[in-house]
Order: sequence, then C-alpha cells, then structure tokens
Amino acid sequence: MKHGRPVVLLIALALTVAACGSDEAASSEVVLMTHGSFAVSEGVLEAFTDETGVSVTVLEAGDAGAMVNQAILTKDNPVADVLYGIDNTFLSRAQDEDLFVPYRSPALDRVSRDLHVPGDAVTPVDVGYVCVNIDLMELERRNITAPSNLADLTDPTYGGTFVVEDPTTSSPGLAFLLATISRFGEDGAYPWQAYWKDLVANDALIVPGWEQAYYGEFSGGSGEGDRPIVVSYATSPVAEVYFSDLATAPTAIVDDGCFLQIEYAGILRGTEAEPAARHLVDFLLSTTFQNDIPLNMFVYPVNEDAQLPAVFLEHAVYPNEPVVMDPATIDGNRERWLAEWAAAVR
Amino acid sequence: MLDVIDLTVRFGPTTAVDGANLTVEDRSIHALMGPSGSGKSTMLRAIAGLERPVAGDITWNGQSMLGVPTHRRDFGLMFQEYALFPHRTVGGNVAFGLRMRGVDAPSVARRVEEILELVGLPGYQGRSVGTLSGGERQRVALARTLAPRPRLVLLDEPLGALDRSLRERLMIEMRSVFEAVEATVLYVTHDRDEAFTIADRVAVIRDGRIVADDPPEDLWNHPPDGWTARFIGLENLLPADVLARIDLLPPTPEATAGVVPPESVVFRPDGQQSGLVVGSHFRGGVFRVEVDLGAGADLVAWSGVGLETGTVARFDVTADRVTWFAD
Amino acid sequence: MRRWTLLLVGAIPAVFLAYFFVYPLVTILYTGLVAEGRFATSAFREILVSPSIRGVAWFTLWQALLSTVLTVALGLPAAYVFARYRFPGRSVLRSLTLVPFVLPTMVVGVAFLAVLGPGSPFGVNLRGTIWAILIAHVFYNLAIVIRGVGAFWEQIDPHIEEAARTLGAGAWRVFRHVTLPLLRPAILSSAALIFLFSFTSFGVILVLGDLRHATLEVEIWRQATAFLRLDLASALAILQLVGVTVLLIVYGKARDRRAAELPLRPPSETARTPRTWGEWAVVVSTLGMLGIVVVTPLAVLVGRSLRADGGLALTNYANLFDPPRASALFVPPVDAIVNTLRFAIPAVLIASGIGMLAAVVIVRARGRSGRVFDSVLMLPLGTSAVTIGFGFLVALDEPIDLRASLLLIPVAHALVAIPFVVRSTVPVMESIQHRLREAAAVLGASPRQAWREVDLPLVARALAVAAMFAFAISVGEFGATSFIARPATATIPVAIFRLLSRPGTFGEAMAMSVVLMSITAVAALGIEGVRGSRSGGV
Repeated sequence: MKHGRPVVLLIALALTVAACGSDEAASSEVVLMTHGSFAVSEGVLEAFTDETGVSVTVLEAGDAGAMVNQAILTKDNPVADVLYGIDNTFLSRAQDEDLFVPYRSPALDRVSRDLHVPGDAVTPVDVGYVCVNIDLMELERRNITAPSNLADLTDPTYGGTFVVEDPTTSSPGLAFLLATISRFGEDGAYPWQAYWKDLVANDALIVPGWEQAYYGEFSGGSGEGDRPIVVSYATSPVAEVYFSDLATAPTAIVDDGCFLQIEYAGILRGTEAEPAARHLVDFLLSTTFQNDIPLNMFVYPVNEDAQLPAVFLEHAVYPNEPVVMDPATIDGNRERWLAEWAAAVR
Repeated sequence: MLDVIDLTVRFGPTTAVDGANLTVEDRSIHALMGPSGSGKSTMLRAIAGLERPVAGDITWNGQSMLGVPTHRRDFGLMFQEYALFPHRTVGGNVAFGLRMRGVDAPSVARRVEEILELVGLPGYQGRSVGTLSGGERQRVALARTLAPRPRLVLLDEPLGALDRSLRERLMIEMRSVFEAVEATVLYVTHDRDEAFTIADRVAVIRDGRIVADDPPEDLWNHPPDGWTARFIGLENLLPADVLARIDLLPPTPEATAGVVPPESVVFRPDGQQSGLVVGSHFRGGVFRVEVDLGAGADLVAWSGVGLETGTVARFDVTADRVTWFAD
Repeated sequence: MRRWTLLLVGAIPAVFLAYFFVYPLVTILYTGLVAEGRFATSAFREILVSPSIRGVAWFTLWQALLSTVLTVALGLPAAYVFARYRFPGRSVLRSLTLVPFVLPTMVVGVAFLAVLGPGSPFGVNLRGTIWAILIAHVFYNLAIVIRGVGAFWEQIDPHIEEAARTLGAGAWRVFRHVTLPLLRPAILSSAALIFLFSFTSFGVILVLGDLRHATLEVEIWRQATAFLRLDLASALAILQLVGVTVLLIVYGKARDRRAAELPLRPPSETARTPRTWGEWAVVVSTLGMLGIVVVTPLAVLVGRSLRADGGLALTNYANLFDPPRASALFVPPVDAIVNTLRFAIPAVLIASGIGMLAAVVIVRARGRSGRVFDSVLMLPLGTSAVTIGFGFLVALDEPIDLRASLLLIPVAHALVAIPFVVRSTVPVMESIQHRLREAAAVLGASPRQAWREVDLPLVARALAVAAMFAFAISVGEFGATSFIARPATATIPVAIFRLLSRPGTFGEAMAMSVVLMSITAVAALGIEGVRGSRSGGV
C-alpha cells in the first residue's frame, strides 16, 4: 500500500493547487466588483487592456444586495477598485456610507441628463425595466384579454393567473413593490397596501425569486408553470426570441407600472489605482462595452451612440411611463415598506 | 538475557505487579504461570512496553528497556486473541513485522513462505484471516510473531482459546518450533500442563509477586509453599496433624503442612500404616485409590490392583519424599 | 500517543478552524453589533420581542427535528439493504443516492414542483406546505444516513447478530438490543449532520416554502441583503449559534458512551445475496422507496433536459457544447467541469487532511477536551453561510489579503466538509480494537506507522465516504463560490445559475444539471471502485 504521505504534505499540496489560480499579474491591474448577473463577450475587456495596458480582474460578489453589503463591509480596505451593478434601490445607502470617489467621465456627455447623479458620485451604465409580462397564447387560449394596467390584476378575471416575487428576497420583487407604491400611493382611498391585499385575495402567487416565478410558475415562453402573468423584465420577450430562435415573441409586457432600474458604476474610496479606475469607468461608457450590454445582460445601454442589436430593434419595447423613484426615498422607507408589505400579504 | 528487577505496575489504586523479579536466559523457554488476576499478563505487557511500570527495571543484556518504546524493543508479543489484522491476508499479517524492519520484498516473501511452512500452513499466504479456523489463526499469529526473529518472544495464553485436543497437539508443536528457531521465550499461561510441557523453567506469580521459579520437576517435587502446591495441582497436601497419624513428623516446628507424592505410597499387606479405602478408580493401567486418614482428610495413592471400597488397606510411605512447608 | 504529539497534531485543525471560522465569525458579529464602541443591545431587544422572529425560530427548530427523524427513519432500512445484501445494480444505485446532495436547490425545486406541485402525476399538490420542505430535506440528506451508517454497518460482523439469534432473540429484538446499540454512534453522527443541514436550510426553504415558512438562515440573509440591517442579522446569527450550540451539547451528551470496540470485518465478507422471499421483499420495498424519493425527481430532471423542439431531442446538450449565440453567458461545460474540479480537489484534500488529524485527536484525547473539540468542529455546519462569507471579508485582509483569493473557495467548502470527515471516521476509529495497534507496535511499527498500517486502512472506507461527501459539497456549492468567483472560474452550479437567470435558457440549465449529476454519480462510482480494491492484500 502506498498511502504513506504525511497529511501535512497533502494539505500543503492542496493549498498550492488552490493558490495556483489566484496569482494574476499584479503590476497593472484594476479590480471590478460586480454582481452574479454580470456577463460580457469575449474580447471586450481585452480591448480595454490593449488600449490602456491595464488588465481587469472581475470579482463576482453574489446578488445585488450581497454585493452592496460586501462593499460596505470592506470600505476601509476595499477588495476592488470599481463597483459596477449597484442600482437605484441601493444607491442611497451606498452613498450614506460614502463608498465612492466622485468622478465625472467625459463620456457622460453622451448619457441622458435624467440619469446623472448629483455630484457624479457614481456613473450610470445601463438601464432596465421591471415589468409585468404576459403569456399571449395562454391568455388567448383562456379567452382572457390582456391586462392593460396594474389595477386590472385584482379583477376576478385574472384570479389565479399572476405570480410575483417576494420583495424581501428578490430584486425584481422589490422593484415591483416600489412601482405599486408609486402608482397607488401611501395615503388616499386605495393605498398600495390595499392593492396588495386585493392581489392576494385574487389568488396571486408570491414566490421568493425570479427563477421560481418565471421558470417555475409562468406558462409563457420557456416557463414551466401554469400562470400566464408574471413580474419580469421589459426585455424578457426579447430574450425569448433570441434564445429560442423565434420569429415573434410568445410573451409581451404590460406597459403600466414598469419600474426603472438604473445600474451604476463607481470608483471605490480607498483604491490605490484611481487613474486606472477612471479609465475603466470611461470604458464602461464606451461604445465597445455599451454595444455589448444588451445581448449579455438584457438591459439597455445608456450611451446614446450605442448600437442596439437587431433583435432588440425589432422586439424590444421601451415602457411609456416608467416609474422613476428617488434613491433617497427608497432607502428612507425600505424597511417600513417591506414590513408593511409583509403585514399586508400575510 | 531478560532481567525483570523489582518490577511494579499499578492501575490507579490497584497494584497489578508488585516488585516482581524474573530472569529469562537466552534460548530458553520460560513459563510464567498464575491464576487469573495474578498480574502475569500485565507483567508481560510491561516487558513488551505496553504498560508503564512505576518502579523497578526491565533490562536486556544489562541494558534498561524502560526508555525504549515498544516498537524498538524487538520483543515479539503474541496476544491471547491473536489480534490478527482483519484487513490483511495471512501473508500480509505474517509479513508485517518484516516490512516494519525494512526488509526487502523478495526476502519478505521468502521468509513468509518459510515460516508458514514451519507452523504447518504452507501456501496460506493469500487466504483472508476471516476464513481461518481457530487453530489456523493461532498458527498465523505464531508465525507473525516469529517471522521477524525477535530477540525475545512473549506469548500471552497462546492456546487459551482452543479446545483441549488441539491444545495438546499444538503444545508439542510449538515447543519444537521454538527449538527450531532457537527462540528465547516467555510464555504466560494459567495451565500447569501447558507450562510443564513447553517450558524449561516455570515461574509462578501470585498477587503480582513471583513465588517460585524452578525447572518443572523441581517445582513439582519441591513446591515452595502450600499455595503453589495447590495451584500446580499437587495432591495430598495435608496438615501436619493429619500426617502425624501416619507417622510423618515435621522436621521443624514451623512446618505445618506437607505434600505426600502419591507415588511415595506403596500398598503392601505388611505395611506399617493403615486406613479405610473410600475410593478406587481404574485409570488405565493403575488404580487411583483414596484412603481415609480420619478428620475428613484423604490420601491419594496409586495401586497396581483394585482395592475394595470399605476394606482396610495397609501401606508404607517413604518419609523423605515428603515436602514440608509453613502453610 | 504522547501528550505533546497530540497537542501538535491537534494544533493544525485548531489553527485552521480558528483562522478560517472563529476569527471571521467573531469579527463580523462584532462589526454588526458594535457601533462606535457601543454594543447594540437594541438589536437583541428587537428580535426578542418580535413575534414573527419567534415564529421563525420555532419553525426552524421543529422542521429540523422532523426532517432529521424522517430522514433517519427512511435511511436506516436503505443503509441496511446496501450494507448487508448484494443485488444487481447495487453500486450504481448507491452512487445515485449521493446525486441529490450536489443539485442546486432551484433545480431540485423545479423537479419537486413537477412531481408534487399542481400538475403532479400523483395527484397531490404539496406546493407551499411543510411536506414539500420535509420531503426535499429527506431527498437531500438520505445519502448521509445511507453512507454514514452504512459504512459502519457493513463492517460489523454478522456473526454478532447471528449469535443473538441463536440465543432465541427474534429479528426485531436483535435489531433493538444488538444492532441498534452498535450502530448508535454512527446514527447519532448522521442525525447531527442532518439536523445541522436542516436547521440552516436556505435554498430548499426559499424555493419550496412560502411566506409562512422561513428559517433563521433565510431571515439572516433577508435582514442582511434586503433590509441592510447588519445588526439584526448579527443578532439573529447569534441566536442561531446558540441553538446550534445547545444541540451540539445535547448531542455530545448523547454520544458520551464511546463506541464499543468491535472486530470489524471487511465488507466483502459481510454482504450476501438475499436468500429468502422475505429478504427479497425487504430489498425490493426499500429500493422502491428510494425510487420514489430519489430517483423520480432525478428522472424528471433528465426528462426535462431532453425536452426540446416540441419533442425529445439532444438540442439542449448540443446548445451547451456549441452555443448558438456568442454570448459569454454560456460557460462551456468542459470549462465548467475543469473549474469545478479545480476547487473540489483541493477542498477534498484539505477536508480529509484536517478532518483526519482532528479525528485522531478526538479519538486519542479521551474525555472532555476531545468532545468539546469535536463539537466545535461541527459549528461551521450550523452557522449561516452569509455570516461566514461576510466574516471572511472583514477579517481576512491582514496579514495576507485573502479576501479576493480563490483559495477561500476550497477553504469554505472544506469548513463544511470537515465535520463529515470527522463524523464518519470517529465512530470507526473508536471501534478499532486497541489490541491491533499494540500488535503493530510489538511487530516493530512506530506509532505513526501503526496509524498508517492499522487505523488508516480500517478507516479508509469511512474516509472514502467522507471524501465523497466533501467532493459533493464542493461540487454542488453555490453560495461561497458565487461570492468569490470570477467569470473565468465559473463552476457548474454557477453556470446553471446563469442559465437560470434569464428567459429562454431553461432547457440548457437542465442539461447542465444533468452534467452535474453525471459527474457526481461517476465520482461516487469511482470512489466505490477504489474502496472495493482496497480490502485485502498486503
């Protein structure tokens, strides 16, 4: 038998094997922290390196909430130089923690002023919309007309047809909650809490995450379930067309109460590579990166010079009156709203 | 040569070995005999280095072994239940000690073959130890102990788990194996026949102390005390006042009991002594006769002819064959 | 073993645990609860007065207890059948039972909803009920009983049971009075692991539970990432730790009785083909149970991965290997496999090495210190992953900045896997007859050689089982991996997550899950093979 090697050696070996992957070139490097949904085509980040001589290490930090927490917890000694993917629902908290070094990229001139942040603490990079999606075929089969607004969803016609994500565990869920708060208001005869009570009374199903809602319960497109109405993204129909190679979208959005999500990039305070970090922010706004955004992350670029791919031009819809909410308002009320929501749906 | 000097081993408050002394000469077979709980196994384990003595010394050729860990003492120990390695074959078990000594593979194979042949299990190398009979396991354990040629072989009740007929056969076999390999052996047993058959010298241990250490015949003929006499199974250990009835008087006042060897009693019609025959049993060639000496004490003797129970028998005793001691 | 050697051997796992578990944990709890030098007692007040948190705590406890009892009850017959009988397909089936262990909860959720949801072929709708959660916990953890108890059971000499029978005891009484006491340490070990897994259950609860069913683990995550209330999350993490500690104390007391020393037999000598109709009935009904609980959901996944283009096709697999779209979204399966193994192999080595050192110390240091060490090693299993993950971030920046190091991934996996190594090897090591080590010593083996020649081969089967779990833990792990991963190092679960996070790639996600299942099954079979060839021989 030949299992005589001392255990200590094995451990040392294991550590070495594991460490092999982590020795990236440290000379001229910038670390980009982002969330798990980050995706980019091959060659795009390499273009940045070719241009500036700086290599990019991408650090995925879980979902959006986990990423913001990580950035806050490491603010005295940041792990990364640039944070990308923080959205308007978390922005205010990050600014309270003074996470970012303000920077105004020259490329920001090509971005709509509506998206700019006062003081340029962070730079907008992409936008998306959380919208109610419908399964066109299933609604037709059931002989139900498509809902035209959020209020319709409490109508008995749509009983047992709607699935929505829990706002305390899902970011589209939170976006949809904020949309209902904006649409129905806090006071008045029919406040948002009353709307949610009616949704639940109308047999709306609340699930913890987007995956369960879309793949598990939604009947449309690649969904596996039996509910024809779901909270998803404005670009979900485009993705259906793109990945399943279809001529027309099997699903569509309800153009009411779409919540605008803006994703920002910011230079983390405490970085030792600020010049490189600035270059990277510039690059995120460059057409090279912006053109690559739609088909990788299924959100819209913010640079007005960016070219949308054909499938977007053909199938993508920009909601008419999206709900836009001030980050400070969101942060100031988040905890109360979530608690009131939990009380309303229970 | 092994010397055990004033060895004391304690387990908490109990003293298992209490100042024991013992010498095992090179190429001799020494039995260590005692009833269960007498400390014989503990003494053996202490010699092997498996128990730590609190006092005394264990030396080999004059060098103390106390600081030497078990695996460097080069003492082989065969356990009572054999402790064969269940995950190894017969060959793997026997080769173990050789491998630990860094012997090269071809030599190991040769020695394993040789020693298995010696213990009567030729070709058993590939067998799983789980499939062996009790006697075969015993032989494998013996082969495993002897294979590395330890300078001292310690055996702890090596035949204890076997049935009687197998034991008697293996006793003889083991003695010839030990002689063949010129081993120096310390053999622990509670069985007199085993000790007497196999050993050149027999030591008796009682409550952690060595009370006798003699060649078997000497021990048999001159036990040092009544306890030993009883323990080795001598018959006719009788109190002095009973012996006085047949005119056997103690040489000193301290002697309170004596052993009368059965063969020193001769029945003859004109014998000086007499007694009532209370038992007479044929024992193959001779009769074992019990004669009542009064006060509930019987004298056992051998007779060429059967004597009838209830009759009075006359006999003589050779007085100088009696061993006296203070009981 | 001498005292100082023991201390030296114990120092390695102790330092590992202190640096990678205790230190990060204490730091993050301190960060969460102490603001500007003041201890946030309000957080504790808040969780103590909240009826909903009380409800969560209560639910966490009882669902974990119930899951444990159910899993052990269903697992014991299966462990028995695999340990004692030989039948066709035995090793394949036994390898399959490990597969659930690695599957991402989201994927399992899909399979469960297909089997037990509104469209169930069995006509039951368990969606959102406690039953869905309990059955899923059984599905995930059954392998722990089958392997953990089975590895021990198959080495117990059947003669012991047969002897009891010849003394006139009936089958049940033999089990109750002979087998069960012998198995007790192994059962307790498995039960403790299952309890900890269920107590800290996260994914299953999220996917199959609903608003009424949340564990402390889910609540900690919710407080930390949705409410950004690190103080509440920390207070809850402490509450969770207290619960786990109480359990571990109870467990420590229960296993106070050491395992009996037993003459262990090679498994090849204890298993046989069923002989009577009764024995066949036991085997078949147990396998039927496994079929329903384990095989059906897996079959659903395989079936779903093959559904494409309106029929059965390999399109999803073809798309995986040759993506029709040039999106970086798709991690090529071969890359994902390589990345997964790159973390899994070091994780297995670290967990086995450190776990074995710890097991040696626990077994040799009889008495309290060993037991306390044993329990502390199990704490990482009962600690919220979010807490440890954040702990790494705040604690491991000095002296070497390990926070962004890929090394942390196998380390995090090893932390979870070490209790498996310890729990499956300690009962076997305790039951090794001390006499055998003495026999090795008198034959000239030094303590280290004796350990290597006697303990290690006897413990090898248990260690192989534990290594298999360590491998499965690492291969299936998503949380820590996604926390520290880079796009270039995406593992299979990360790749599945990406496929599941957009519309249109569900079939590919299922296909990738089948790839994950296959790797696990192949690895389990491989280890099975290694174990087979180990017994006997020099």
